[in-house]
Amino acid sequence: MAAIARLRYTVSENPLTVIGFGLFAVFVIMAVFGPAIAPYDPLATRAVNALQPPSMAHPFGTDHLGRDVLSRVIVAARLDLGIALSAVMLSFVVGSALGCLAGFRGGWTDRIVGRLSDTIMAFPLFVLAMGVVATMGNTVQNVIYATAVINLPFYIRVARAEVAVRRNAGYVQAARLSGSSDLRILATQLFPNVLPPMMVQISLNLGWAILNAAGLSFIGLGVRPPAAEWGIMVAEGASYIVSGEWWLALFPGAALMLAVFCFNLMGDGLRDMVDPTRRT
Amino acid sequence: MAPLLKVETLSIAFRTRKGEVQALHEVGFEVAPGEVVGVVGESGSGKSVSAYTVIGLLDQAGRITHGGVEYDGKPVAGRQRELRGREISMIFQNPRAALNPIMPVGQQIADVLKRHALAGRTDARAKAIDLLRQVKINDPEERVDSYPFELSGGMCQRVMIALALACSPRLLIADEPTTGLDVTTQKATMDLVRDLTRARGMSVMLITHDLGMAAEYCDRIVVMEKGHVVESAPVAQLFTDPQHPYTQKLIAASPGPRSQLAELTGGIAAPVSIAPPRPREPGPERLLEVVDLVKEFPRRGGGVFGKKPAPFRAVDGIGFQMMRGESLGLVGESGCGKSTTSSIIARLQDATSGAVVFDGQDILQHPSARFARMPERGRIQMVFQDAHDSLDPRWSAAEAIAQPLRRISGLREAAAVTRRVDELAEMVGLPANLLSRYPHQLSGGQKARVGIARAIATDPLLLILDEPTSALDVSVQAVVLQLLDRLRRDLGMSYIFVSHDLNVVRLLCERVIVMNRGRIVETGTAEEVLHAPRDAYTQKLVSAIPHFEPERLRAS
Amino acid sequence: MEKLSRIGGRILQAIPPVFGVIVITFLLTRALPGDPAVFFAGLMADDSTIAQVRAELGLDHSLPVQFLYYLRDLLQGDLGNSLSTGRPVMTELMARLPASLELTLAGLFLSMAVAIPLGVLAATRPGSWIDHLCRLLVTAGVSLPTFFTGLFLIYVFYYLLGWAPSPLGRLDFLYISPPQVTGFYTIDAILVGDWEVFWAALRQMILPAVTLGLFALAPIARMTRAAMLSALSGDYVRAARASGLGSGRILWVYAFRNAALPVLTTLGMVFSFLLGANVLVEKVFSWPGIGSYAIGALVASDYAAVQGFVLCMALLFVVVNLMIDVMLTLIDPRVGLES
Repeated sequence: MAAIARLRYTVSENPLTVIGFGLFAVFVIMAVFGPAIAPYDPLATRAVNALQPPSMAHPFGTDHLGRDVLSRVIVAARLDLGIALSAVMLSFVVGSALGCLAGFRGGWTDRIVGRLSDTIMAFPLFVLAMGVVATMGNTVQNVIYATAVINLPFYIRVARAEVAVRRNAGYVQAARLSGSSDLRILATQLFPNVLPPMMVQISLNLGWAILNAAGLSFIGLGVRPPAAEWGIMVAEGASYIVSGEWWLALFPGAALMLAVFCFNLMGDGLRDMVDPTRRT
Repeated sequence: MAPLLKVETLSIAFRTRKGEVQALHEVGFEVAPGEVVGVVGESGSGKSVSAYTVIGLLDQAGRITHGGVEYDGKPVAGRQRELRGREISMIFQNPRAALNPIMPVGQQIADVLKRHALAGRTDARAKAIDLLRQVKINDPEERVDSYPFELSGGMCQRVMIALALACSPRLLIADEPTTGLDVTTQKATMDLVRDLTRARGMSVMLITHDLGMAAEYCDRIVVMEKGHVVESAPVAQLFTDPQHPYTQKLIAASPGPRSQLAELTGGIAAPVSIAPPRPREPGPERLLEVVDLVKEFPRRGGGVFGKKPAPFRAVDGIGFQMMRGESLGLVGESGCGKSTTSSIIARLQDATSGAVVFDGQDILQHPSARFARMPERGRIQMVFQDAHDSLDPRWSAAEAIAQPLRRISGLREAAAVTRRVDELAEMVGLPANLLSRYPHQLSGGQKARVGIARAIATDPLLLILDEPTSALDVSVQAVVLQLLDRLRRDLGMSYIFVSHDLNVVRLLCERVIVMNRGRIVETGTAEEVLHAPRDAYTQKLVSAIPHFEPERLRAS
Repeated sequence: MEKLSRIGGRILQAIPPVFGVIVITFLLTRALPGDPAVFFAGLMADDSTIAQVRAELGLDHSLPVQFLYYLRDLLQGDLGNSLSTGRPVMTELMARLPASLELTLAGLFLSMAVAIPLGVLAATRPGSWIDHLCRLLVTAGVSLPTFFTGLFLIYVFYYLLGWAPSPLGRLDFLYISPPQVTGFYTIDAILVGDWEVFWAALRQMILPAVTLGLFALAPIARMTRAAMLSALSGDYVRAARASGLGSGRILWVYAFRNAALPVLTTLGMVFSFLLGANVLVEKVFSWPGIGSYAIGALVASDYAAVQGFVLCMALLFVVVNLMIDVMLTLIDPRVGLES
């Protein structure tokens, strides 16, 4: 009951969060039912129809190959969100495991894990992702791995800090007195308390992961044409901007922006719910 | 004489999530020139809010709904900015945080002097050094360039006092100035404040929760409760003839060197035992023997090439014994090693060397990580200093109490666990309807009871109490102390009571060990140590405890 | 003296990250699926070239020995030769680095100039319209894909309004680049007093710099606001007010200087993001920096060039972090003592 009241309070305080969750629902629907609700085949080319400005038939216009931009924007949601979600989940699982361990054990474990995350952080992260995809091979799978790698330090840090702060908390000591083993303490007392800040991190990170994946495909890494993906669509539309065909790049770009915006709003909202004092 | 400060029917309300909350209800009191007035009350009494209103630093959410404050005959509203520092100044609790961390302390003093045109660029430093000398800081010429993090808490408070007195104001507000400082430092700081303000003929408004301190340093005391002033009287009168029931309760609950446990709650006898004393299983008469216990911590520093510094000895070869059913006090200031000792005995930490023989076997043989899963785990339990911190925020009271039952006592069946939890809750006087609540929904005293119930769940032989009441208001402390005393007799437990407060220890313990710098400096019965200390350090410690003795006040 | 030793200690601490960076860039190329020699020699190479490359990279030896070869080459400033041009990668990167740096720094300073005052204002007036503006900008700003913002700005200011020059490179082909001193066209033009070229270079730079600046605005403003809020609610600010200090001094000397510490730390992170975003912006504006060089190398599978680029960027970032830490050491007496 208290949780619901608190939720209601947070929502009324922060209508932007509601917008965030609403947008999220729209994107999820696009990702799940994309091909079914898209009015045209996203890959069907029709040269006669090329570079049509937005109209009733094609609300977002058509691209240089005559493909319907709206359909492509809708269908792309699955790929973009899919990449971001898999990458973030991967770094969440690996990062929180490493971080919890480092924070709980301290000593050598902590130093090695800390060194690993410091080394990753010593690179400009997008550049590291470029390097990883370039050398491991230009595939979607490798884009996911690369994005996971550059997100890893954030999860390690959050988990490590939260666990280290609580490692000697009274209730952890009390659990030891109550006969709990270290593993049990980690699983039942530390990890659940680390989860809320992690959820915030996940939400904020999803937006960033989408940006990264789209950025990589914008410079030709990962997703290849003719697949529908927001970053590639912006890249393909880029050359038409200077001649005034704005709709090729604008709509996928706006979709990308809204997706990132929605995750950031959700992340901020979640943070307010988890910790109202850290609101910024 | 006209009062210097006059607070008149002052009401303050705060905007909160739950709407406006009234923090002060028509509060009124006066401070005469040269007078030291203590504003005393428990947490939430509104004593700090009144102080912040006087100096105009009230939180933005707070607003004056009625009345006001007059300084020197004129309302302060609107001119607090010019009064601050020049006429009224303030010292705070947690002095280290009250100083700018990245500015040398001398410069902070100079800043204030320059602001009030009492020093120019050339003489500010010399004047800052002079002020540091006045607050009795050694080597002021050197300390003037120190940063707050390089100074101890007591030194920081001295710097804060120098800052506050820099412009010779006429009123000093001291907001719990010694909370978090050790008793000896506390005494030195308060003596300094008294001497300096008396020499300058200043008025002082001392805000404190400690009646003993108020009795020692104030001329008059204002007692506050829940935003109301309930009583205001000269010190002698207040302690010898308190009028308001709340004042009476507060005075009774503050432990003095002669008070008795039963008197703490105003003569109301502690509730009768709910269980007859249980005969414990037989065992050796000597329950605990600590032999030559040493705990070292590696010191940081030394760098790659430098020699490793010698480790820091937190516990330096101590030894003592304890009989079955005995209650032993472990007393000392922060850093004396008492907490490390108790947590080694509780097997939360490993020792560097030495032995702890408990019930006939050396429990240091087993590393602490393994000890957690041994059957002996249930025989030694602990109650923590911070009741809030010792409860997992995601677990209800019942779940917290059930944890040792499930893990140590091996109770698996839900009904059996519930039955035992209910029984334990009744023993510690925790209403059954609170069992489903989470820590943030419980009061300090209730959380303390949950912690105690959890500790006695496995029917331990030895219970270690690590300052279990230091975070509680005195009236709650009184009740918890009585509860602990009753439980010990009912359950036949032994206690190690760790505390810095000899007056509190004396109430629960027959025997006391005084520690300083990792060593035992004195042992004896509680009465001996408190009333006839032999060791020089113990004498200093005992004399530093602020207290009031109604008998003495009556005589004066 | 004591400060110098702390700064020295901090510089020593930069060694492990540099080493880590070198190890990772080395391992990346050895992770190539298949024979690295084939990749480094390029698609057109015959067997003898491949064998030569293999010997150069020390691929016949064990991994640690290969690493020593790599280190030796690095110490001699040898990053290998670019496949597409045949010139040393080091020379090519150095020739293009000033262009990237000029753009990135312009973007960083631009965003700092806007974000820090905005954050301070928002923190001093919580709940006001400027606070809400700040929050909106902060959330919207981090959501902007730089490549998209860049295209949008080009469409509006070049195509629609015609205010901006064509988004192709650092200088319109009408002008001759100024004699190289710093490699920053704007500064070099000032140095020789050629104001016409200065304006031309500045006009070219405005749109890409604004694109980068918009991207960096959000994190800086967010951190400034949060740090100022926490500093202003700090006990020492309350104590300073209680001793009657002026509000200006409290705001700037007591609160802002303390708030500057976390903001400086954030700047390191922001710079990392900027270096990444820089690659995208360089592509959008055809800016001849190392970012567009790297994209070209990626397309051509020019591994030596890609490896050199990643290493160069990482070392640049390490240097920036070091500079920030030295600044922190100068401001905050506590830094460097705990280790």
